[in-house]
Amino acid sequence: MSALDVAGPAILAEGLRKRFGETKALAGLDLQVEAGTVLGLLGPNGAGKTTAVRILTTLVVPDRGRAQVAGIDVMRNPEGVRARIGLTGQYAAVDEFLTGQENLEMFGRLYRLPRRRARVRADELLERFDLAGAASRVVKTYSGGMRRRLDLAASLIVSPPVLFLDEPTTGLDPRSRLGMWELIEELVAQGTTLLLTTQYLDEADRLADRIAVIDSGRVIAEGTSDELKRRVGGERIELTVARHGSLEHAREVLSRHAPQGEAVHIEERARRVSAPAEGRARGLADVVRELDAAGVELDDLSLRRPTLDDVFLTLTGHEAEADAGEQEL
Amino acid sequence: MSTTERRPAEPGRGADRGERAVDAPGAMPRRERPSKRLYWMWHDTMVIAERGLRQTTRIPELLVFATVQSAMFVLLFRYVFGGAIHVGKGISYVNYLMAGIFVQTVAFGATAGTGIGLADDLQKGLVDRFRSLPMSRMAVLLGRTLADLARNGLTVIVMLLVGLAVGFRPEGSPLGWLAAVGLMLILSFSFSWVGAAIGLAVRNPEAVQAAGLIWLFPLTFASSAFVPIATMPSWLRVFAENQPITKLVDAVRAWALGQPVGSTAWIALAWCLGILAVAMPLAVRFYRRAATLK
Repeated sequence: MSALDVAGPAILAEGLRKRFGETKALAGLDLQVEAGTVLGLLGPNGAGKTTAVRILTTLVVPDRGRAQVAGIDVMRNPEGVRARIGLTGQYAAVDEFLTGQENLEMFGRLYRLPRRRARVRADELLERFDLAGAASRVVKTYSGGMRRRLDLAASLIVSPPVLFLDEPTTGLDPRSRLGMWELIEELVAQGTTLLLTTQYLDEADRLADRIAVIDSGRVIAEGTSDELKRRVGGERIELTVARHGSLEHAREVLSRHAPQGEAVHIEERARRVSAPAEGRARGLADVVRELDAAGVELDDLSLRRPTLDDVFLTLTGHEAEADAGEQEL
Repeated sequence: MSTTERRPAEPGRGADRGERAVDAPGAMPRRERPSKRLYWMWHDTMVIAERGLRQTTRIPELLVFATVQSAMFVLLFRYVFGGAIHVGKGISYVNYLMAGIFVQTVAFGATAGTGIGLADDLQKGLVDRFRSLPMSRMAVLLGRTLADLARNGLTVIVMLLVGLAVGFRPEGSPLGWLAAVGLMLILSFSFSWVGAAIGLAVRNPEAVQAAGLIWLFPLTFASSAFVPIATMPSWLRVFAENQPITKLVDAVRAWALGQPVGSTAWIALAWCLGILAVAMPLAVRFYRRAATLK
């Protein structure tokens, strides 16, 4: 995989604005992705993720703002950008009536590879994406996961230095999703710069070096997954006692270990007690010992880090929703 | 936001690091020579046309449906309505009918085929992918219209065989036939572009099928395709006499039957080119702005 030939960020967006009629899709979006890293663009439907990707991949011209991909201005030289990017959109954009092999050969030739090289490259990719056995089958007969893999393969024909994946695993079953993640991780390990949009928090958590949380057309927070989680607060010890009678004991033990002034949270009906943890794993071990000594029986015990769900809730005031029926702008 | 600000590299810096100047940031947009651009446009067009032809072989239903529908028309008019329609001038009705069938088949086949195909590409996200490739934008439309042209040529041949089976006995010269086929291919090409514009504007294959073709019915039926115009009420006759389908049918019929063609052929050709001149830029414009709807 070729490294970027440019100094500076692989993807740069400054003050991007875009309106579709009455709808403000982007309201001054800034992004920066360093070469060889993965940025997860995280946000609910309608937040502007897809519009951002469409502008950066030359499909839509912004009303205002500036964007560079691989060091090339997106508006001034869209053709230059197109030769250096791969795009995999929300649907598997492959021809259902052609075979997997024919699809990749067609895209290869449209990337202007000579016919023979397009064929060799198609074979390579089919092999690598575990589609060799289905190469001469019409795509209509493929499963959802196979289509997505073929779609991803189609964006990698010329080993583009910058890759855009717009919700690459939406609608996939858990196993296919895991397979896609592994493929994506392999690509990233080879130095590809990746911008990934997703509404799955675990996906961003697993794949992205940095995460930009976007809501109503602008970035409302940006940082590593850990940084974002830290903004929401530290880890919590969470335990579920076996009997209601032990709730008070558990509360006492936890409050002894919680940082000064921090409250212990009790959910009576769920028999759950939680408190901010101090001292991480050692603190947890102490808590377990003391609970054991007090004869408190536990159903469940965990040291829970805040999830990106917590982050989203804290930052936007609403939960990250995956309402696929909504129109994505 | 906690990113560190880094300026994009200046043009000079790339050269210091021994990089290709073309790829240096800030370099002027690369402009290919016109002849080279034209070569690549043709190259990409052929790739897309090849795809269209492959599709045709993979979805034989489309071809079969188009020809079966036209064959039904042949049988319907030849055996059901034909007996009641008098075309005079010593021509049998089946000889009169076939030119109308050819033109109708091509007009519907071209508009529907291209329109539904492009709307489908749009809906499935393929247009997005094509537009994100470093390929000629014109090629997606040109390749498809050319592939549809080939498919329409095939349906005309099938219709000719159906016609011969039910008594069609054309007496036109080979040269006349060549001219008739040529005109029908031009018709196919220009109506494909009308279909392209409709498909890209409507963006939904079902909607193209349902609403995008409605206008073809009055155009083909209020014409000389199936009945002599002279029997129509005068207000309709004015329309029928002066619309493109009538001119096309008249020219194809005269050539096929070996009758004098006169200026009709030129008027028919002018209609085709005029329609093409409007539909082509319109379709290209819609393509540029095409956005896939969810």
